[in-house]
Amino acid sequence: MATHNPLAASSLPDERGRITIAILALGGEGGGVLADWIVTMAEEQGYVAQGTSVPGVAQRTGSTIYYVEMVPRNAPGQNRPEPVLAQMPVPGDVDIVIASELMEAGRAILRGFVSEDRTTLIGSTHRVYAISEKSMLGDGRAASQRILDAAERRAKRFIGFDMAQAAGEAGSVISAIMLGALAGSQALPFPREAFEATIRRGGKAVPSNLAGFALGESQAQGLAASAPEIQPASGPTTAAGRALHQRITDRLPAPAHAMALEGVRRLMDYQDRALAELYLDRLETMAALDDAEHGWTLTSETARHLALWMAYEDIIRVADLKVRATRVARVEQEIRPGSADIYSVTEYMHPRLQELCEIMPTALGRRVLASPGLQRRLSPLFRRGRLVETTRLRWFVLLRALAGMRRFRRSTLRWGHEQQRIADWLALAIEVARTDLAAATEIIRCQGVLKGYSDTWERSCTNFATLMEAARSLAGKPGAAQRIAELREAALADEKGDALACAVKAVA
Amino acid sequence: MAERSFKKEVEQLRLGEGAVFSGEGILAVTKALLQAGVAYVGGYQGSPISHLMDVFADADPLLRELGVHFESNASEAAAGAMLAASVNYPLRGAVAWKSVVGTNVASDALSNLASGGVTGGALIIIGEDYGEGSSIMQERTHAFAMKSQMWLLDPRPHLPTIVDMVEAGFDLSEASQTPVMLELRVRSCHMTGQFVARENKRPAMTVGEAAASPRRDVNRIVLPPANFVHEIEKVEHRWPAALKFIAERRLNEHFGPEQDRIGIIVQGGLFNTLNRALEMAGLSDVHGATRIPVYCLNVTYPLIPEEITRFCAGKDAVLVVEEGQPEFIEHELNTLMRRADLNTRIIGKDILPRAGEYSGTVLRDGLAAFLRIHAPERAPTQMVSVAPEPDLATTVPPRPAGFCTGCPERPIFSAMKLVQRELGELHVSADIGCHLFSILPPFHIGNTTMGYGLGTAGASAFKPEGKRAVAMMGDGGFWHNGLTSGIGSAVFNQDDTVTIVVDNGYSAATGGQDILSSRAENATRRTNNPIEKAARGLGITWARTLTRTYDVARMRDTLKEALTSPETGPKLIVAQSECMLNRQRRIKPLMAQAVREGKRVERERFGVDPDTCTGDHACIRLSGCPSLSIRPNPDPLRSHPVTHIDNSCVGCGNCGEVAHAAILCPSFYKVRVVTHPTRWERLRTSFRRRVIGWFQQRHARALAARAF
Repeated sequence: MATHNPLAASSLPDERGRITIAILALGGEGGGVLADWIVTMAEEQGYVAQGTSVPGVAQRTGSTIYYVEMVPRNAPGQNRPEPVLAQMPVPGDVDIVIASELMEAGRAILRGFVSEDRTTLIGSTHRVYAISEKSMLGDGRAASQRILDAAERRAKRFIGFDMAQAAGEAGSVISAIMLGALAGSQALPFPREAFEATIRRGGKAVPSNLAGFALGESQAQGLAASAPEIQPASGPTTAAGRALHQRITDRLPAPAHAMALEGVRRLMDYQDRALAELYLDRLETMAALDDAEHGWTLTSETARHLALWMAYEDIIRVADLKVRATRVARVEQEIRPGSADIYSVTEYMHPRLQELCEIMPTALGRRVLASPGLQRRLSPLFRRGRLVETTRLRWFVLLRALAGMRRFRRSTLRWGHEQQRIADWLALAIEVARTDLAAATEIIRCQGVLKGYSDTWERSCTNFATLMEAARSLAGKPGAAQRIAELREAALADEKGDALACAVKAVA
Repeated sequence: MAERSFKKEVEQLRLGEGAVFSGEGILAVTKALLQAGVAYVGGYQGSPISHLMDVFADADPLLRELGVHFESNASEAAAGAMLAASVNYPLRGAVAWKSVVGTNVASDALSNLASGGVTGGALIIIGEDYGEGSSIMQERTHAFAMKSQMWLLDPRPHLPTIVDMVEAGFDLSEASQTPVMLELRVRSCHMTGQFVARENKRPAMTVGEAAASPRRDVNRIVLPPANFVHEIEKVEHRWPAALKFIAERRLNEHFGPEQDRIGIIVQGGLFNTLNRALEMAGLSDVHGATRIPVYCLNVTYPLIPEEITRFCAGKDAVLVVEEGQPEFIEHELNTLMRRADLNTRIIGKDILPRAGEYSGTVLRDGLAAFLRIHAPERAPTQMVSVAPEPDLATTVPPRPAGFCTGCPERPIFSAMKLVQRELGELHVSADIGCHLFSILPPFHIGNTTMGYGLGTAGASAFKPEGKRAVAMMGDGGFWHNGLTSGIGSAVFNQDDTVTIVVDNGYSAATGGQDILSSRAENATRRTNNPIEKAARGLGITWARTLTRTYDVARMRDTLKEALTSPETGPKLIVAQSECMLNRQRRIKPLMAQAVREGKRVERERFGVDPDTCTGDHACIRLSGCPSLSIRPNPDPLRSHPVTHIDNSCVGCGNCGEVAHAAILCPSFYKVRVVTHPTRWERLRTSFRRRVIGWFQQRHARALAARAF
């Protein structure tokens, strides 16, 4: 949490005789409540205040601007006309900007509401992702650091901390935290009591709002600095773990250690020590081709992607993850049921015949998939999704039994498929690595497009195959690495694969 | 139940003489109507005037006490027609709607009304939804006022002025036998402020009394030869009467010095923004003490030639601040200058932008440009300029409006996306309403939208071979006019279109007002009239009503059946599930109450397992729920964010159903939490937990043994 210039002098209306406040919030965050609080407080404190907004459709998840202006009320006998208050903020003329979310703070800066000479910017640093960020096939998140940098650069004062988290801690809502931060900033010439009185007068959820207010205020003043907890990765806990740890430190370059340890951890959890040993065998082959000059990137990237692929998601793995005690603990942490509450958990699962065959012994699975008669007879059983209530005994026992099939995994149809594909992929990377380490690294990274289950998985496999084919034809050409990277980006650009098809055509 | 309740605020409508009213613009307007002795009010909801309708509805008891009739009209056309009550009787009436779209809908009634003229004051309160935040085509109501000869008030944003203009509007309407429009811009509707109240007035005549003793004047009816007489009346009597009234009552205002070489004429609604621009140029202060003469048009139509020529005489140049185009006022000012033989230059759209909202920045820059040419000694020397942030511009993502958390309309479009995967892209004629958000990400569904309730009519030209067109309609739009213009017309013309009516129980997009098909029991209205019954009454034979839109698979199959059924003729799917925003507002307090009382309460919410989620986000592309978001991947091996369901989840189940219907992934889970469970439930749960716990301990030991 960052708090900046916390205790600047209390500011009063300057030569302009007014204070202007813009509030940027998302629908449902209580921006309107905050504006109302500020207006009524200003009126109680001897100001003429005016609040305006443009809600309408913006209420539905869009961003909304509330705008408040205030002028000291005429003293008795002071013969001045009533103030003429503007209905929208003008760039360069806003004293206080309050943003409920980081990108909204960015939007305030973009719209020119934040100026170096005058604006106190109070903004939450948490993110509420926009649909364009959420719906990407890969990582579409905007760069938060850019906004934080601009906030520091462009505002007279920037008071930023994670207000959503504070609201959670205080059991309050973000509007109360924002009001607290406003009080803490001392950007308004009103005493603390005036803020609290406003909350009380509102009459709704007073205790929790006051708690939120207090936390917002102290965080804005930097009083509640708490160091973020960094959890160090735990070391090996078993003899096998220690042996593998030793093998990694002995035979792999240091920059790849962290990833390789995670990989080994994953594969032991997924299958057993033997699989982890196989992983290290493959990784060491790759490391032998890599060098320090390239920062051992190929090795550490292989450590990452090879582990992910070798621990592919099948029904066995999903069942295993769903029945664990640690999973129950995580659900409880999300839901936070009361001590007297009971709860049930229902999984939405939709395995197809295909997935079931994949965990059958290779010969059997292949036979079922190859027989149109069996397909026709069995398919109806898999047409509907299953509601699997894992808090009920029969479902739990079934999943537990499926998880137990782990020991037969090496004999399943899917295992053979995946081992073949992994081998092909590594072989191509090894072949390319002999002449072009960068291109080999990009080939390894292509594993990142393999995602999802069922149709999603099949679609990603098709994309992956297209990438490998293109990589093979690009190998040895100048700029191969760059072009493979671009193709990979294109594969994650849209669901239908249009961008990838287009990019492949451009390469060919 | 409306989205926002004004039950508490409407108490202020009872304020008596001298008391200070403090509140929002729309509430102030309602108070002004009561102070003016209005006999009937009505209208049709729509931003930014929805809340005015909600205020009317919440103030219904008070209105009844005062003998004021309130009607929530079926459409703007119906509201406009209701003003017929003021034609023959000295009844003051007011209706409200969103312009310019509502004025379009009402235009038939308005033309008839304006032609025949009125006896009692007729006021139309226009919510001008222009500029930022507007969801309609950017047009001017001014054009309507001019072509029908109705007067247009545009009071400056100052509650006492707005209140005065409401009362003056009735007087003006009666003095000139002409309906009057009062324009309220979106910000003025929601603007807070204060004014000194006056006593409410009972209407001199109630609608009941008028109906009891009917009056008839055939000269007020638009039929030859009366209609030709009306035109002459408009020009020779009503117009001059209006000019005289506006001048005598000094409805337009003058600010600043009497004499100057330059001046500014401004639409009343833009006065505050103009003053801020002047203030920033050092030519005014926060109290409006401008150093350049400003003529503020609280009445933008008609203009008063004498006042204009007096203001412009002796000035070299006058800036006209007139938002929107065409620049009707500027044109007329130029005509007036020629007629008065004045050489004053009228500067308007040659300096100010032709299009777009006149925001503070636009007026600040426009004023500076005007001064640099016509009074350079007063032009601001230093302009605040905001340094561009190109990096930031590409970083900050847009936030298009979208369906709310748990919205029952989302699964309809998820299902449509799935149908499109099978049958190919569809032509979808969209409609006005929340469902229009389907055109935005992540759905990208909808080809055109032609107006409220016109979804089906908008598809009527499509009679394709093989593939049927789909039309969307909301329940609000269905009753507004879709029943006749869409369904009736489709039956009559043997269209083959599939119409989906989203029946969420309210006119949801405008703030959750009840309509004919609302399921709620409403004490003052008759609800619960089924949409399918109405459509069958018009001759629809293929109709399906789905009572749970969240059943994505069923929705998908029904839509597919409608699109492929051998039966010809229009098909209707009524997709029912209550608007979640309203539902939450309704049930949350009830649930909290039940928990307090120790009753058994169930609630559901969804979650995503981060260790099975692979970060493809197909679920988000098929759903787009605000509570369905992403967060950093807890898996150190993966870098793409995982899907995550935040605390705002209302447990509608759509994400799970989508995962099922589209065969996505096994990561979604539903948690059903029971507060105050029964004894049997507690026993059963504790038994299950013990057995499962034993299994889990064994499993955990096995995991630890083979762990790293």
